Amino acid sequence: MLLVSLLVASFLIFAAMYLAPGNPVAALSGGRSLPPSSLRVLEQRYHLNAPFFAQYWYWLDNVLHGNLGISITLRENVSTLIASRIWTTAGLVLYSSVLILVFGIGMGLVAGLRPGMLDTSTVIITAISAAIPAFVAAIVLILLFAVKLGWFPAIGNGTGLVDNIRHLTLPALALAVSSLAIVARVTRASVREEGEREHVQTAVSRGIPARQLIRRHVLRNAAIPITTIAGITIASLIAVAAVVETAFSLNGLGAYLVQAAQSKDLAVVQGISLLLVTAFVVVNLLVDMLYAWLDPRVSLGSRAT
Amino acid sequence: MSTGVPAAAIDAPRFRALTSVRATGAAGVVSAIVVVAATFVAVFGPLLAPYDPELPNLDLAWIGPTGGHLLGFDVQGRDVLSRLLVGAQTSMLGPLVVVIISMITGVLLAIVAAWRRGAADAVISSGLDILFAFPGILLAVLATAVFGAGLPAAAIALSLAYMPYVARVLRGAAFRERSQPYVAALEVQGASATSICLRHLIPNTLPLIVAQATILFGYAMIDLAAISFLGLGVQPPRPDWGVMISENQTGIVQGYPLPALAPGLCIVAVVVAVNVLGERLFEQAQTARG
Amino acid sequence: MSDPATVSALQSAAPAAGAPLLDIAGLTVLLEVHGENRAVLRDVSLTVRPGEAVGLVGESGSGKSMTARAIDRLLPRGAEVHGSIRFGGSDVNRLAGADLRRYRNQVAMIFQDPRAHTNPVRRIGDFMTEALQANLAVSAAEARRRAIDMLTQVGIDDGARRLRQYPHQMSGGMLQRVMIAAALLTKPRLLLADEPTTALDVTTQAEVMAILDGLRREFGLAMLFITHDLDLAAAICDRTAVMYAGQIVEIRASALLHDDPLHPYTAALAAARPDIAQTAPRLRAIPGRPLSAFEAPPQECAFAQRCPYATDACRADVPGLAELDGGLSRCVRAHELRGRLGGAPDE
Repeated sequence: MLLVSLLVASFLIFAAMYLAPGNPVAALSGGRSLPPSSLRVLEQRYHLNAPFFAQYWYWLDNVLHGNLGISITLRENVSTLIASRIWTTAGLVLYSSVLILVFGIGMGLVAGLRPGMLDTSTVIITAISAAIPAFVAAIVLILLFAVKLGWFPAIGNGTGLVDNIRHLTLPALALAVSSLAIVARVTRASVREEGEREHVQTAVSRGIPARQLIRRHVLRNAAIPITTIAGITIASLIAVAAVVETAFSLNGLGAYLVQAAQSKDLAVVQGISLLLVTAFVVVNLLVDMLYAWLDPRVSLGSRAT
Repeated sequence: MSTGVPAAAIDAPRFRALTSVRATGAAGVVSAIVVVAATFVAVFGPLLAPYDPELPNLDLAWIGPTGGHLLGFDVQGRDVLSRLLVGAQTSMLGPLVVVIISMITGVLLAIVAAWRRGAADAVISSGLDILFAFPGILLAVLATAVFGAGLPAAAIALSLAYMPYVARVLRGAAFRERSQPYVAALEVQGASATSICLRHLIPNTLPLIVAQATILFGYAMIDLAAISFLGLGVQPPRPDWGVMISENQTGIVQGYPLPALAPGLCIVAVVVAVNVLGERLFEQAQTARG
Repeated sequence: MSDPATVSALQSAAPAAGAPLLDIAGLTVLLEVHGENRAVLRDVSLTVRPGEAVGLVGESGSGKSMTARAIDRLLPRGAEVHGSIRFGGSDVNRLAGADLRRYRNQVAMIFQDPRAHTNPVRRIGDFMTEALQANLAVSAAEARRRAIDMLTQVGIDDGARRLRQYPHQMSGGMLQRVMIAAALLTKPRLLLADEPTTALDVTTQAEVMAILDGLRREFGLAMLFITHDLDLAAAICDRTAVMYAGQIVEIRASALLHDDPLHPYTAALAAARPDIAQTAPRLRAIPGRPLSAFEAPPQECAFAQRCPYATDACRADVPGLAELDGGLSRCVRAHELRGRLGGAPDE
């Protein structure tokens, strides 16, 4: 099902050329005036004289072979341009995911299993954090940790692995803040909910010791909604990374996508969009598979409503 | 929550988990006050602004709060407070439009799917499943690349991206409502499909619809502000909270954080208030269903 | 108020006497609901002898399930417990740690809705062998062997395959049989059956009841059988206790319950059940609705408002449990109403 989504999505991205005002050539050139030789090249590459669906087919074929077209502004292969930036974005999303999983689930577990002051303060903090958009978090973090405390750099990618990680820390944190809060809240609520379930009572009535009870009956069951929310929020990072990359002047796919959109470099926009949508769909697919593995009542392919 | 994918919080079972938090009634009251105040400002902002929000005066750039300028001046020497007040319009109106469009289309699709069931439901569900592949921000960026930067393109794109989530939750509720005995009774009496849907199905799912819309507003606000921040939404020199943060970001490293922080704070305050209200409404919708 | 010691003495002083296995005396339980403490059980006294089956009958809100939970220490957090519950001589509410776990293995509870009470993400095998492995230090292989054996006893033959299945792959009836088998694995001395067949359809009910009754007798287990169905309790239990508004209102030998009840409520319950052998112009319902313990008026008989035989004496004070003809009754007029209660009550 998700593969069909991907196909349709690719079609929509392709069709964007035609949705724009004017003819496809105008869209591809971003409204710039091009010499006739360039126009002919465009026509050839995109088979603009062929029927509509044939064009889609050629385009798709190209894409699957790694040919994503040429950037109208930089005159380079889109694939090359993407390749040089993909690791920044991937690293950012990965770093952020780790933060979300470790701290989000961690906080949620602690709050869920221990009622009291810690729990109440977690609830309040997460309620506020969940509403902090990544770009607001970005500027606050820059202010606090880069300007005032000088612990981390404010912008740029850095060089070398360790320096890269240092440069990615604040952006990863900014990206993670609101997702972390949501994961923490759902974790806490799920743990609480599972603890109240009747089957836990059964286990209690059989004298199962507390530790085992929590591990096998509460946490194991809560893992299902927790995994789902973690998966969904991590998938969403793929899109929001663009905002954080822009705020921190990182040389990533997201920032590049925004620049391309601004300069109307359609080929680049199409290429990166396709990549991001694919990544998004793949992550969702993985979440579905994980869900099916965790919950024996669900068979792969059915989405829990 | 800065994400183009509000699925988690909107998906009914997940959101129920979120609302099992026992917050005090005070939080609800404060949130309501914040929302009302923000709406008031959004409507009357331009009248309330003491100074011209768009007139640049580079001699005054970055000057801190003085005299009648409670929040000082921004990067281009404009009064920050005035820009905040006027910016409330686009910052709140844009999300409102997004919510209206996505709720109307989402509810319609959900009701049609629930009413007709069978093939129509299958087609609609499949269509929605496909739309799920697009995170909101991505769709908005794509739209602005094709149609040009600006609020309308971004708003419509976001509406399209949100619609499947709305439809999925409402579809579940509509199905439940549809299978209630009173619906069969009305059908037997000869009531038309439209009248049953309009007079019974929708009013009975209204608490859920309202709760959904409220929560959606929060997401829309964040996503639209993000898009404006990226320069693809509201265009400078128009004031908009997202735009203001982008414009004044340089001030952070230069030692003038206020012009960038103020709009950020406004966004967070309104979104928190809206989320709290939304959770309450959602809780009520759950108990109303019993 | 009746003296709990007298009550237990009376209950024990019956034919086939022996020290009671379970001895509940003066049990009063309060739960916190919306900030206030509400009584759910009031002065409940009951005994169960080894090997004896006692029925506990009542409508919703009577407190019957709550009694079972109190016995098994499954009351919600913040519950206030007064009175005593003794099992084999020890005070149940004072048990802790290993002793408490040992107690839990000697008292097995069978719940009403088997699907809600089994963990959907764990296999049946894990469900059944958990307690054995955790508390009785039985090896995994041995536990599985015993589980398969017990499954056969409840009528499930391909035990090895079933152990690998998940709850959602079984029907309600089968799942309840699994629950019974699991309960019996720890070789308990007392079974608490909380409406074990209510959630099942009628044909399955009969099967499950037969299995439960059969196994209980075979292993010589005591049982407290909780149900809203007076006839069902009377059919498989030696004695039946009837509860109303958090109190025990009658305890009687099951054989005598229908024809010679000692309390108007019992008579009304029996009469309200349509008899398939007779035709009647109207179904006999008890006017009003059953009260929960906290709704009961504090200074009168809880049933007085709905009782066709109520007099001023009934509204003067809460009646105590008094002995009558080998049973116990909380009706102050029980003596004079003897003989008139069995069959249709006066309108």
